[in-house]
Amino acid sequence: MDPHAIAAVHEADLGAARMQMALSLGWHIIVACLGVGMPAITLIAEWRGHRTGDPHVRLLARRWAKAMGVLFAVGAVSGTILSFEMGLLWPGLMSTYGEVIGLPFALEGIAFFIEAIFLGVYLYAWDRLPPVAHMLSGIPIVVAGVASAFFVVTANAWMQQPTGFDTEGGRIVAVDPWAAMFNPATPPQTVHMILAAFMVAGFTMAGVYAVAMLRGRRERYHRLGFLIPFTVAAMVTPVQIGVGDWAAHFVAENQPAKLAAMEGVFATERGVPLHLGGVALDGELRYSLEIPNGLSLLAHWDPGAEITGLEEFPEADRPPVNVVHWAFQIMVGLGFALLALAVWLAAAWWRRRDLPRSPWFLRAAALSGVAAVVALEAGWVVTEVGRQPWIVYGVMRTSEAVNPAPGLVYGFAGVSAVYAVLTVATVYVLRRLAREKPVPVAPQERDVTDYGVV
Amino acid sequence: MPLSEILLAVLWLGVTAYVLFGGADFGGGVWDLLAGGAERGSRQRALVEHSIGPVWEANHVWLIFVIVLAWTGVPSVFAAVSSTLYIPLTLAALGIIARGAAFAFRKASTELWQRRLFGAAFAFSSLVTPFFLGTVAGAIASGRVPPGIAAGDLVAGWLNPTSLVSGALAVGTAAYLAAVYLTRDAQRAGEPGLVSAFRRRALASGVVVGALSVAGLAVLRADAPRLFAELTSGAALAFLVLSVGSGVVSLGLLAWTRAYLVVRVSAALAVAGLLWGWGAAQYPRLLPGVTLREAAATDAVLGAALGALAVGAVLLVPSLLWLYTMFQRADG
Ligand code: HDD
Ligand code: HEM
Ligand code: HEM
Repeated sequence: MDPHAIAAVHEADLGAARMQMALSLGWHIIVACLGVGMPAITLIAEWRGHRTGDPHVRLLARRWAKAMGVLFAVGAVSGTILSFEMGLLWPGLMSTYGEVIGLPFALEGIAFFIEAIFLGVYLYAWDRLPPVAHMLSGIPIVVAGVASAFFVVTANAWMQQPTGFDTEGGRIVAVDPWAAMFNPATPPQTVHMILAAFMVAGFTMAGVYAVAMLRGRRERYHRLGFLIPFTVAAMVTPVQIGVGDWAAHFVAENQPAKLAAMEGVFATERGVPLHLGGVALDGELRYSLEIPNGLSLLAHWDPGAEITGLEEFPEADRPPVNVVHWAFQIMVGLGFALLALAVWLAAAWWRRRDLPRSPWFLRAAALSGVAAVVALEAGWVVTEVGRQPWIVYGVMRTSEAVNPAPGLVYGFAGVSAVYAVLTVATVYVLRRLAREKPVPVAPQERDVTDYGVV
Repeated sequence: MPLSEILLAVLWLGVTAYVLFGGADFGGGVWDLLAGGAERGSRQRALVEHSIGPVWEANHVWLIFVIVLAWTGVPSVFAAVSSTLYIPLTLAALGIIARGAAFAFRKASTELWQRRLFGAAFAFSSLVTPFFLGTVAGAIASGRVPPGIAAGDLVAGWLNPTSLVSGALAVGTAAYLAAVYLTRDAQRAGEPGLVSAFRRRALASGVVVGALSVAGLAVLRADAPRLFAELTSGAALAFLVLSVGSGVVSLGLLAWTRAYLVVRVSAALAVAGLLWGWGAAQYPRLLPGVTLREAAATDAVLGAALGALAVGAVLLVPSLLWLYTMFQRADG
């Protein structure tokens, strides 16, 4: 084969590897968010049910636990694939830097063990343990879930801000694994991610009950099923927007090419406007709405601050602008839309201690879960595509990391097919669970086998 | 002992735990596959489901533990293995998805056709996944993964006599362990019919695994003479003798006694002996021309990871014991 053909094949395989990574991460992250957020929300319901004896809340807790069983299983397997893929797709990264990001993953392994162990206890020993002991067995699941999200995102943060190692001639000679883990990107990214997980879980769970209420099922069971998760997510939303601003400042300071792509800034200037919408064509952003000096103000708290444009970076070092720009707009737009929804509920509750009367509230709430998931995916696209062409920012290119073996395209096709089936089956099973006859409120051991919590 | 040796030992303990616990979960799926029609096999399937349900996720984490420790402790070896063997590893990964998801879906479904469909996916992937993982072990053992990224033969690397035998051996040991564990579970559940069914299966699969191991040694002798020489001398030989001895004892106990709890231990020893024999034979070479010392990560990394694991173990060991004993106590 002539060198051009080889290069073209390699290009296709690189594309396939990136798509495969994005697909499996994008899939896993949704389930992982539910894995982080749902146990806490379920425990809140279980606790209230225990305190008040209210059968509706107790039923909700049971139901949610049952769904959690399914979600944890798919979360565990989809996460396992990711750990395979780190080596299958990116051996160049792992061979050199695997040890640098090893520590957080080792810690994550411990967290997974704790999570899986206590999940087994929580789900299967509901009736063997007294109520308080049972709730206590749920707490390690919450802690371990948040911890595992923290650990894995520190690894990603390291890819954004690589610190804590010395190389000589391409070989690692010294590593400070703690410095790598607590790199400068870790604080904003981990906090933003963990809050996102609670938003995704809360709004998604609430969305299910909003749909039921729109269908006219407004009894206490559905109202509580809506209110408990929605309240959690609504309280997190304003905080999340503040943290998002922190993340944006961080990018502005540390990853100027990513910021320029997020905002579609090509020329380096002072007093740069904020661009809403628009398309990047031939080295400029067209058709966008400009807010004068907005970007300089937001990114550096100074309306006259200088913003580095993409022109400063060689063509080969620029991330794709349109994808990053639009993903960022979508995340921020949806963040504010969800905030508006939260404020709407708060206002109605403050005035009448009830849900807003307008059916539009429930219609919007029914979509809030989807919106949170889209914001989450968009955020990751900003982070990951905005980092291109680097896999480790400024240190290693994605094309140097990929597995050079031919045929990754077929692997991608196979993985896509499996994920398509997995998606259909997961949605189908969860919908069945939501519709099935309610689980009994005061279950006996027999019910656990008959109603198989997992 | 230097940190790299400790790390390797911990890694190998992880592999052992995965084979003994996770492997048995795969074996449960194999017996699910062979349990017969929906009516006839339902009691056996219920026992399998009941035994695996609460523990399989925790057992599965051993695999993640092994992968993560491998890339942390010996990153270049991890990269060489996963790039050269990406085909069987991708297939194993897909099998893992299908298996775990289908198992959970089956538990959550009520209608027969759904349970059949998910059950079939669960059972079938329980068979192929250990097979592909076994071929990977065979590829490493027979020195077919050279250092470097994707430097080995992408197909012959895992389609060769040693790999095929170890693939079959992986399926066989999984099924054997599961049958032994399930015999005891059935005994505890007071189901004499199931006890004798699984006891027969344990005996049969035990004999098959024994025969496969002998065949495997013959294949190794022809295909990987160096490993064969190492296996039949020194510490490796001691492990092998332990394995054979425990295997024979297990079969005897199964055939003539009802001490199924003891068989669990002896069967596990037989399998662990095989693994540690392989490990001892190969040590300190990880890949052709690459020793542990050359491949190991820096001491700072090894120290941090091992320290974290030691602290983690303080939390984990009691929790794991609690989990296992809670569901092994006479069902309340
Ligand atoms: C529910 C989800 C959600 C919502 C409502 C928001 N974000 Fe976000 N954002 C994420 C979910 C997310 C994320 C998916 O979790 C990311 C990807 C990586 C990360 O750490 O968080 C992310 C990344 C991310 C980044 C890139 C960080 C980096 O590359 O290092 C920035 C600059 C922002 N966000 C900023 C914002 C702003 C200004 C928001 C205000 C409305 C906002 N986000 C709302
Ligand atoms: C915290 C854990 C994460 C790690 C360690 C990680 C790591 C990686 C790696 C190794 C790649 C391939 C190399 C590259 O293309 O630069 C990648 C790409 C990518 N990841 Fe992440 N990632 C993480 C989280 C996520 C999540 C949750 C998403 C959700 C959508 C995501 C979206 C993507 C996308 C879209 C790409 C492809 C980018 C491109 O090739 O243009 N990542 N990530
Ligand atoms: C931001 C991205 C990620 C987050 C927040 C996250 C979080 C989680 C959580 C909370 C779980 C357990 C919950 C459940 O099973 O439902 C989980 C499972 C898992 N994740 Fe991720 N993860 C992310 C990305 C990754 C990446 C990049 C990898 C691998 C390289 C990974 C590997 C795993 C593994 C192996 C499991 C299974 C553990 C088990 O058996 O429970 N995750 N993840």
